[in-house]
Amino acid sequence: MSPDANKLSPYRVPKRWEGSRVPGWDDPVDLTKEPAPIPDPATTTVPAELRAEIEALITKYPDSRSASIPALKAAQKHHGWLPPEAIEQVACVMRLTPAYLIAVASFYDMLDLHSGSYTRSRVYVCTNITCSLRGGRELLKSLEGELGDLADIELRGFECLGACDIAPMASVDGVYVGPIEGDDVATLATQIRQGDEPLPDKQLLKRRSADPGANSAEVAS
Amino acid sequence: MSTYLIFKDIDEPGLHKLETYRARGGYKNLEKVLAMPPEALVNDLKESGLRGRGGAGFSMGMKASFIPQGQMDKYLVCNADESEPGTFKDRELMQKSPHMLIEGMIMAAHAAGANRSFIFIRGEYEQQADILDAAIAEAYEAGLLGNNIAGTNFSLEMVVHRGAGAYICGEETGLLDALEGKRGNPRLKPPFPANQGLYQGPTLINNVETLATIPHIVEMGAQEYAKLGVEKSSGTKLISISGNVKRPGNYEIELGISSREIIYGLAGGPPDGETVKLWFPGGSSSPVLTEADLDLPYDFTSLADAGSMLGSGAIIVVDSSNSVVDVCLWLAEFYRHESCGKCTPCREGTNWTVKMLERIQNGLATPMDLDIMASIQEQIIGNCLCVLGDAMAMPVGSMIAKFRPEFEAHIEQARAQNPYAGEDDAPELAVLQGAVV
Repeated sequence: MSPDANKLSPYRVPKRWEGSRVPGWDDPVDLTKEPAPIPDPATTTVPAELRAEIEALITKYPDSRSASIPALKAAQKHHGWLPPEAIEQVACVMRLTPAYLIAVASFYDMLDLHSGSYTRSRVYVCTNITCSLRGGRELLKSLEGELGDLADIELRGFECLGACDIAPMASVDGVYVGPIEGDDVATLATQIRQGDEPLPDKQLLKRRSADPGANSAEVAS
Repeated sequence: MSTYLIFKDIDEPGLHKLETYRARGGYKNLEKVLAMPPEALVNDLKESGLRGRGGAGFSMGMKASFIPQGQMDKYLVCNADESEPGTFKDRELMQKSPHMLIEGMIMAAHAAGANRSFIFIRGEYEQQADILDAAIAEAYEAGLLGNNIAGTNFSLEMVVHRGAGAYICGEETGLLDALEGKRGNPRLKPPFPANQGLYQGPTLINNVETLATIPHIVEMGAQEYAKLGVEKSSGTKLISISGNVKRPGNYEIELGISSREIIYGLAGGPPDGETVKLWFPGGSSSPVLTEADLDLPYDFTSLADAGSMLGSGAIIVVDSSNSVVDVCLWLAEFYRHESCGKCTPCREGTNWTVKMLERIQNGLATPMDLDIMASIQEQIIGNCLCVLGDAMAMPVGSMIAKFRPEFEAHIEQARAQNPYAGEDDAPELAVLQGAVV
């Protein structure tokens, strides 16, 4: 499967459809090859910035292995996705095998082992039950129509993002926006295309509590 | 008139800052609590009747009392994974009042004797994690975290650990594995985390809301807190209402008020002209209830007696304009995606449930498939290491039981539209859907 196939499908990683959930599950394996060992620091070049970040993460935990998810996220930020050399670099700093890190990374939806090229922006559209009740799936389709030509943007349907109060919603590089209705779709698409702040008026952080009794009169005003 | 504890003046500007939180009386009981013997605090928690707000509803005080005594590395973990569809209360709480959680965690850590604590927050909540990081940095600066907190000999480290997108990490042992840097597969229980949890040490795991309630229990006294709500469901609860209602959002209620008052009174009910078809009382994992159940009191016991559960307090309302088969399929697709694959009943059961629902949608099913689907759900429940499979099986099973005529009508209607139905050489479902060429 080429990395770009199904790029914009909400089910880009075919989850156990006719086989395993991992793309490449039926690629032939070279059984004569030795498994990759822990990379040798003398021959592996790790960007200084990334190394410093991972080392700082390791110090936060009693066991260095605990830092593997944050370290993989740091590497993903650095490289735009997780190519084999990124895994190699994390493995080198953390003193783990690449296989271990690939096993971890393939478990989590936000870690990207497959996009095949730098990803500028990650847009998740919630397609879970509440958002589907309020048009989340239609939103995903129309955003796919608007942004389908951009190869460096990951747009996908996602598990419940925990913002059912603003359904239908999307997360643009971690910024939650919603409810996305009517003209907002086109506006949002333009903003994503240009790298602007997504729907500034509809960001979750600016939303006040729905409970009318929660705030006293002076706070509510 | 409802009592507000957690959400009182939640939109006060700057509440996420230590200064504002302190001005409102935050952290003022901390020294008093740290001077108390841990057992006294655990007793207070038991007496308050506080039940876990994450889903299982287990007594918080009991859980804390299971942590063994003595000198060893103990841990406190705050479960901020909140990935149950329909639940978004912890998000608002952490974002607007992070210090309430931090204060609660310091108190809980004292009760459990833990010196290291972690907040496991889901990876998607990047903005909230940043807010927590900033608040923790402020607390360290002010001597509320770190060594010798507030001049006592109690020390506590606190770290925000960001997940990377997996529903299963909300299950406590899956969460511990993810925190140890592994794939988030649940563990066999026992041993329970209270005995052997994070790094094999005794670990107290609680939900954000549970921990954030502790400062309020200390402030008002355990007995006063126990008076709120109803018997066996004491206190206030944050509930998240979403779906087909006019005013979705988080509300703080006293447990025991009627469900109709929540759905129609607070959230404004379904859009005009529609009625409530079904509702999930405690997140997408709870067995569904119908319009006939709207007068149930919203508390742990009443909902359990009605065959459902309060869960995380997330009400999802589905109105009469939706097809129950669609809702069922959306739900099953989610659990298929999120099953970690460790236990066969869940891995295969979620997969086949989706396939059978797709057969219904594509006009390839017969009413017998409904019986098979219902029996699959029965085979899942109670047969896995964790309750993810059950979380699909319970609502799907209840939907089939309560809306069987609608499923049957849908099967007939879809069959009538499918030109291949009933033929021996009908194309495979995958071909019909265009997934396989």
